[in-house]
Amino acid sequence: MTDRADPSGARERRRLPQINPVWVLLAALIAAIIFMNPGFVEPTGYMNFLKRAAPLAILAAGQVYVITSGGFDLSVGSLITLVVVGSSMLTNNDPAATYWVVPVMLGIGVGVGAINGLIVCFLRVPSLIATLGMMITLNGLAFLWSGGAPRGYLPDTFRFFGRELIRDVPLVRFIPVSVIVLVVVVGLFAWLMHRTNLGRQVHAIGDNPVAARLAGVAVNRVRITAFVLSGLSGAIAGILLGGFAGVSTDVGTGYELQAITAAVLGGAQLLGGRGSVPAAFGGALALTAIFTLLNFLGLPQPVRQVVQGLILIAAVALAMHRRKQTGT
Amino acid sequence: MSIAEDAAPRKPGFRFERWAPLILLVGAFAIYVGIALGTDQAQYLTFDNLIAILGRSIALGITAIGQTFVILVASIDLSVASLISATAVLASVVMDGSPAMILPAILAALVLGAVVGLTNGLVVSGLKVNPLIATLGMSLIIQGCLSAFVSNFAGEVPAAFQVFAYGEIGPFPLALIFLLALAVLAWAVLRFTKFGSDIYAVGGNEEAARFAGIKTGRIVVLSHVICSVCAAIAGLYLASRLRSGAPWIGADGVYDLESIAVVVIGGTVLAGGRGGVWGTMAGMLIFSLIDSVFNIAGVDSFAKQVLRGIIIVAAVAFYAIRSKRIVA
Repeated sequence: MTDRADPSGARERRRLPQINPVWVLLAALIAAIIFMNPGFVEPTGYMNFLKRAAPLAILAAGQVYVITSGGFDLSVGSLITLVVVGSSMLTNNDPAATYWVVPVMLGIGVGVGAINGLIVCFLRVPSLIATLGMMITLNGLAFLWSGGAPRGYLPDTFRFFGRELIRDVPLVRFIPVSVIVLVVVVGLFAWLMHRTNLGRQVHAIGDNPVAARLAGVAVNRVRITAFVLSGLSGAIAGILLGGFAGVSTDVGTGYELQAITAAVLGGAQLLGGRGSVPAAFGGALALTAIFTLLNFLGLPQPVRQVVQGLILIAAVALAMHRRKQTGT
Repeated sequence: MSIAEDAAPRKPGFRFERWAPLILLVGAFAIYVGIALGTDQAQYLTFDNLIAILGRSIALGITAIGQTFVILVASIDLSVASLISATAVLASVVMDGSPAMILPAILAALVLGAVVGLTNGLVVSGLKVNPLIATLGMSLIIQGCLSAFVSNFAGEVPAAFQVFAYGEIGPFPLALIFLLALAVLAWAVLRFTKFGSDIYAVGGNEEAARFAGIKTGRIVVLSHVICSVCAAIAGLYLASRLRSGAPWIGADGVYDLESIAVVVIGGTVLAGGRGGVWGTMAGMLIFSLIDSVFNIAGVDSFAKQVLRGIIIVAAVAFYAIRSKRIVA
């Protein structure tokens, strides 16, 4: 940085890697989808896409906090299941119950996150094991609560968040409520991560916890907050998913891994120190776009799995390669 | 990390970490005996019954021995469950009821395991992909390929090969003796060979091991090969036990997460470099004792799951709580 009179070529080279590759990937995938299905440029096309991506994107935004702080949260998938099953039990087909069930569910999310964080911080159990135990426990609780066979529907007032559309909006004709939730939550999480002290502290404890503690960061409090935010995102995603998927005991299965995949696609560094909420959002959209594309191509579920696996490995390998080249 | 650790020089004599798995095992056994006597079901305390308890967790034990190696080098393997399914199906399809094909089938399964382990190891050590992501991706790829070809029981295991699961030498099942022999072999490798001490060196501090002249990449790859070959053997055992291969047996047994949990309960540290095979065996015994306790006490299967999650976390917390390190 000493000589500011860099030839523009060198500066160009330094600036180039600053575009997160996830946006390039996303642009390419969307171009491919539009090519396959021109209807995608209509509001119905892309709004439905965003609506479908909303739960995963919200989860990924929460997961980024935990990953950046150096941990994992494997419990969000079963938290989603618990939220969906629990809401159907609590509302009991009564539309008026929504107004207290939604806060209760958000409370459960916060509580689960807090317990995860407390176990990691004070019992010193590695988060992989702690949240794995939580995942098994929550799955069991969901079964226990519903007696194994979840019944009933969620009332329409509850499904409002996941399913309803706000019509007669200028420019785009309609906006699904879930997309509004998505924008608000991701915006809030991004602000918290990149514009506040909390975000900087999350990065610090993920990068070097000892240095962060010596610098005066309340490591435990920040770590617990990260888990709480992840739990909260799980509960919100569960409420959205309850709106468009039915009530079953496997709605959340696999979401924890997809959320980690999305965060990693967005360049979050496993074991901490680096992560971005907008990029994780991009990663979630890219992952959903890949699934959409594979659907258009008429590929069956097994192929989707293989592609997801390959992309996961390739994305991380590429990130490591870039990191080695740029020397960071 | 090491600043916070080892602040005081370790006192010689009784080392808690070393005996924690044994203490846990004795505790689990005492609870088992207590419940059996307390509920007046002394028939569960016979020798035959204890052998039967062990017999149920042989596949888990074989997998966990392999998992011990990768966790010791500070890696992890999430692909074992789908590899178990794949090798079980492969072996039973190749055999297809004919005793002449037993040897080729075993070879095919072991080669498949070695190839998967080699790929895992190369991706982890060569491309520097986080092992969690690398093996998770591999797991998705294997499961995808597998379910593209088979969706139900495939092939048939001839009676001559069912001896592996059902044969007995004296009062002991053949498979149990095999497991014991495998554990002794693994212990000998870790304890007496250069490769064994290299594993601990690489897991303890990879950088230092490289400066000491150890070819760290090779050690990581070899550990992954051992882990995958063990998973392949577990697949062969399950094929022999079920008399046919099914594409879901690995995922059904949750062998990936359970084998990790067993290894960690056995005192092997997730960060690598500390632990051993006998701890893993103790962890396996603890797991099967807990299951039997639930069975004797007649715990509802969903509540069983809840308790199981809590016990995994509690068991790890039992010794992790004493460490001064900051974990994530």
